[in-house]
Amino acid sequence: MTMPVTHNDSAAPLYDDEIEAAFRRRRTPLLLKYGGNIRDFFAAVVPPLITLGLILLVWQLLCVRPDSALPSPSRIWSEANDLILHPFYETGSQDMGLGWRVLTSLKRVAVGFGLASVAGILLGAFVGQSQLATRGLDPIFQILRTVPPLAWLPISLAAFRDSQPSAIFVIFITSIWPIVINTAVGIRNIPQDYRNVAAVLQLNQIEFFWKIMIPSAAPYIFSGLRIGVGLSWLAIVAAEMLTGGVGIGFFIWDAWNSSRLPDIFVALIYIGVTGFMLDRLVAFIGTIATRGAQAS
Amino acid sequence: MTGYLKIENVDKTFSRGGASTKVLENVCLRVEKGQFVSIIGHSGCGKSTLLNIVAGLTKATSGVVLLEEREVNAPGPDRAVVFQNHSLLPWLSAYDNIRLAVDKVFGATTTRAKRHEWTMHNLELVQMVHARDKRPGEISGGMKQRIGIARALAMQPKVLLLDEPFGALDALTRAHLQDQVMALQEQMGNTVMMITHDVDEAVLLSDRIVMMTNGPQATIGEVLDVPLRRPRDRISLATDPTYLECRQRVLQFLYERHRYVEAA
Ligand SMILES: Nc1ncnc2c1ncn2[C@@H]1O[C@H](COP(=O)(O)OP(=O)(O)OP(=O)(O)O)[C@@H](O)[C@H]1O
Ligand SMILES: [Mg+2]
Repeated sequence: MTMPVTHNDSAAPLYDDEIEAAFRRRRTPLLLKYGGNIRDFFAAVVPPLITLGLILLVWQLLCVRPDSALPSPSRIWSEANDLILHPFYETGSQDMGLGWRVLTSLKRVAVGFGLASVAGILLGAFVGQSQLATRGLDPIFQILRTVPPLAWLPISLAAFRDSQPSAIFVIFITSIWPIVINTAVGIRNIPQDYRNVAAVLQLNQIEFFWKIMIPSAAPYIFSGLRIGVGLSWLAIVAAEMLTGGVGIGFFIWDAWNSSRLPDIFVALIYIGVTGFMLDRLVAFIGTIATRGAQAS
Repeated sequence: MTGYLKIENVDKTFSRGGASTKVLENVCLRVEKGQFVSIIGHSGCGKSTLLNIVAGLTKATSGVVLLEEREVNAPGPDRAVVFQNHSLLPWLSAYDNIRLAVDKVFGATTTRAKRHEWTMHNLELVQMVHARDKRPGEISGGMKQRIGIARALAMQPKVLLLDEPFGALDALTRAHLQDQVMALQEQMGNTVMMITHDVDEAVLLSDRIVMMTNGPQATIGEVLDVPLRRPRDRISLATDPTYLECRQRVLQFLYERHRYVEAA
């Protein structure tokens, strides 16, 4: 009596399974393997594109009249598309593509921000290590941190008597505070456990700095660096408007003086995109460098 | 009786602002070379504080700790610690955590190749070679604790200090690691001071059990010798009269004479 039942039970599902498996085999690669990725990609890209399209549309409608104060997107395109399409042309000392100008500004940022990173991390480590230094210096940092970049420029010009080092100094002094403050917080938050390990191993000051302090405080340091690089980019554009040269900031000032409003809009896009990429770059380095640094 | 590690009249008072609490009072203990000593007591009585004083991480208010007749007052690799919460550096792999200790202790005296070999040897001791490249965040609690033990053993300490090394583990993992630690100690004859609040663990592993009274002003209430022959086997011990007797004594101390009192 049990025989036929077993037979039925095992045979029927087997058949169905086979069909289903064959069916599945044909369909999975496309839908399941790439389906998720494609969907993710569109989910990330489509909404910003739609928003951008809407903004351009509204802008176009608002500025479409020929006597409007600001240029419409179509006018910007027709008058300044050479700046968008040829970022790296060069024909004269002040006649070059925006790509070159952005690179010039980025070079200044690299120097100023690089110096600020090294000095900021060292100063932050010192401040974070010592109760006394924290108490003495932290309030001063908190006040200096709020001084806007351009307010440093006159002092800096007076001290250096040259626009190039002045611009770099402005970047340095603007971006160093968040690096110092965040590093100090990170150092202060090094768990006692790690300090105990270092003590048992008798690590000296330098070993402690490289093997415990920096990796343990890395997440804090990188959030400081990320804020710092953003401020640097804000500062350089503002500083260059006043100090001249070939940077992207001066280009805007120059365009304003010769009433080339569409050029200014294009420059703004360059600045925004570059700033965004700088931020992402530091964040990316941060995620690589701090992998595993989160306590568990 | 000379004593390899001697704790003499140690007092410890913590003071913050105006308030001060005396945690340890007049603690005296002698540990012979190669002995396995457990310290047991209720939570908060000052066991970790005592261990940290021996490790040199905390300074005693008065009294001294002597190791081979020399006073210890700073931490060092001759008293390696396995911490209550493993304390591995999360940005280093299992191998690198041990290697850091090996490099620091033997860096001046042995070659790079020897240090690599020694690191691998210690990973093997705790059967963790397969996890050598994993970071602490990627391995289980028991594995982390084993790496912590390997790191401490790799320093070839004169005294191995264990602060509730199995406290955070489930019962099965705990039993497994206890057996491993017992085997390692038999193999190498380490002098061990272990903190625990598990009575069975204390009796199974130790040559002597030091029972601490409740804080504040905790001190050593009683010391019990465990005259069980080694190697010990947890299953046959479960019915061993000596084992049961020792267990009984510790339980009486902890639950009859020095009951846990909720801190006021
Ligand atoms: N740094 C400190 N400052 C002030 N008081 C402290 C400090 N460290 C420990 N204590 C106090 O000392 C007492 C003993 O602490 P300890 O950590 O040694 O206990 P324990 O026996 O290890 O407890 P547990 O079994 O829970 O780990 C506690 O009451 C604690 O509040
Ligand atoms: Mg403790």
